[in-house]
Amino acid sequence: MTLTAPVASLGRSTLAAIASLGRISIFTARTLRHIATPPFYLREFWQAVIAIGWLSLPVVGLTAVFTGAALALQIYAGSARFSAEAVVPQIVAIGMVRELGPVLGSLMVAARVASSIAAEIGTMKVTEQIDALVTLSTHPMKYLTAPRVLAATLTVPALVAVGDSIGIMGGYLVATTRLGFNEAAYVKNTFEFLEFWDVGSGLVKGAVFGFIIALMGCYYGMNSGRGAQGVGAATKAAVVAASVLILAANYILTEAFFAS
Amino acid sequence: MIRLDNVHKTFGTHPVLRGVTLDVPRGESMVIIGGSGTGKSVTLKCVLGLVTPDSGTITVDGQDVTRADRDEFLSHFGMLFQGGALFDSLRVWENVAFRLLRGSLKKPREEARAIAIDKLRRVGLRSAVADLYPAELSGGMQKRVGLARAIAADPQIIFFDEPTTGLDPIMSGVINDLIREIVVEMGATAMTITHDMSSVRAIADKVAMLHDGVIQWSGPVGELDATPDPYVQQFIHGRADGPIEAVR
Repeated sequence: MTLTAPVASLGRSTLAAIASLGRISIFTARTLRHIATPPFYLREFWQAVIAIGWLSLPVVGLTAVFTGAALALQIYAGSARFSAEAVVPQIVAIGMVRELGPVLGSLMVAARVASSIAAEIGTMKVTEQIDALVTLSTHPMKYLTAPRVLAATLTVPALVAVGDSIGIMGGYLVATTRLGFNEAAYVKNTFEFLEFWDVGSGLVKGAVFGFIIALMGCYYGMNSGRGAQGVGAATKAAVVAASVLILAANYILTEAFFAS
Repeated sequence: MIRLDNVHKTFGTHPVLRGVTLDVPRGESMVIIGGSGTGKSVTLKCVLGLVTPDSGTITVDGQDVTRADRDEFLSHFGMLFQGGALFDSLRVWENVAFRLLRGSLKKPREEARAIAIDKLRRVGLRSAVADLYPAELSGGMQKRVGLARAIAADPQIIFFDEPTTGLDPIMSGVINDLIREIVVEMGATAMTITHDMSSVRAIADKVAMLHDGVIQWSGPVGELDATPDPYVQQFIHGRADGPIEAVR
């Protein structure tokens, strides 16, 4: 091993990362083009809406209800230190709709959906189904990627909205049954202090995160290696990439929306 | 009709095609034989545009395949994949009628279903199979569904990639007979790749042997047994000794 080996290794890794970024950028641009131009595969789009949106409701709902409940307990315990227990409804609501609803909900959707998209498309690739699509005069990105990415971009905000409501309800249940809050006052305080942009920013985040989730699932599925190991690696990479990108995008969006 | 001229293709540092030149006249059934990993599938994929050759030209009816309108060009083709390549999420009839449900050949759903059931019957499958999913079928049935899909839009050119691989001898015979019947009946040009000699004798008008990235020998199927070419003789008799190395 020579002294320059670590530098060479670092250089190779950097080049590989830049190349990967370039490939993902090209894939993103192509996806957007296929979403915007006909033909549109409505049947595949609606199937993706069901698979991504409707079937993710239980996991998003469960995540939200437990998060809202734990958040209420934490805020109550923290605010009790300076006698500000009354802020629990407002902080639970703002915390859920701005941050925890979109981020945790999307991370759960990423685990469920990015993995399944990558595994499905990866398996289609290794069993020549993608080649079969081409021979049947059907562009694989238009048929597989565009409907899934569009469906995720539109349905994840709806999932976030549902998750926000359930999360706030989780906080309400704990606050009213365990912490002694008055039911009517809790609801009044929740909605009185909540502004439109608190909710709107969370929904915009949901759309961006949905786009990321489906895009990563499709990208890694389309670029899956051969055999079971290749599909497994693609699935893992899709979930990891989607999760990291969601967290990074969340910071960037929060900075853009709320830093002043 | 199909002409490959000095086609080269290298994957990484591994040259697979080193100058393939082959003519497939209209209405003929050409079978390409050769050992595993000799580039038979790559040759077919180059014609279909699934793999881009590094150099050389491929023309279909005189038109360069790399410059053709893809949709229009591919609408003349049908292909049976080695593993069937049926879409798991679609019912059997939707697989067969895939091309008829979208794109330039789109037909009303009921009409497409009727054509699919007719094609399924043509390959010896009952209409009850139409509403099953591919995972509910045996390997032989999946192959037949793949065959029905390949002929659904009455293509002028049909490719068969290892049509009998993984099938028992009886089912292999059934598939071979079906392919021969369909090719003769439709008057289609066929290219088949296989290393199953019973398929070769059942399907081929002409045979080409691909070895080491080039067409080692080609000629009518009737001359296959008589040719003195040592590569062909070793291959068709399955001998371990000869110019083709057993360890590749």
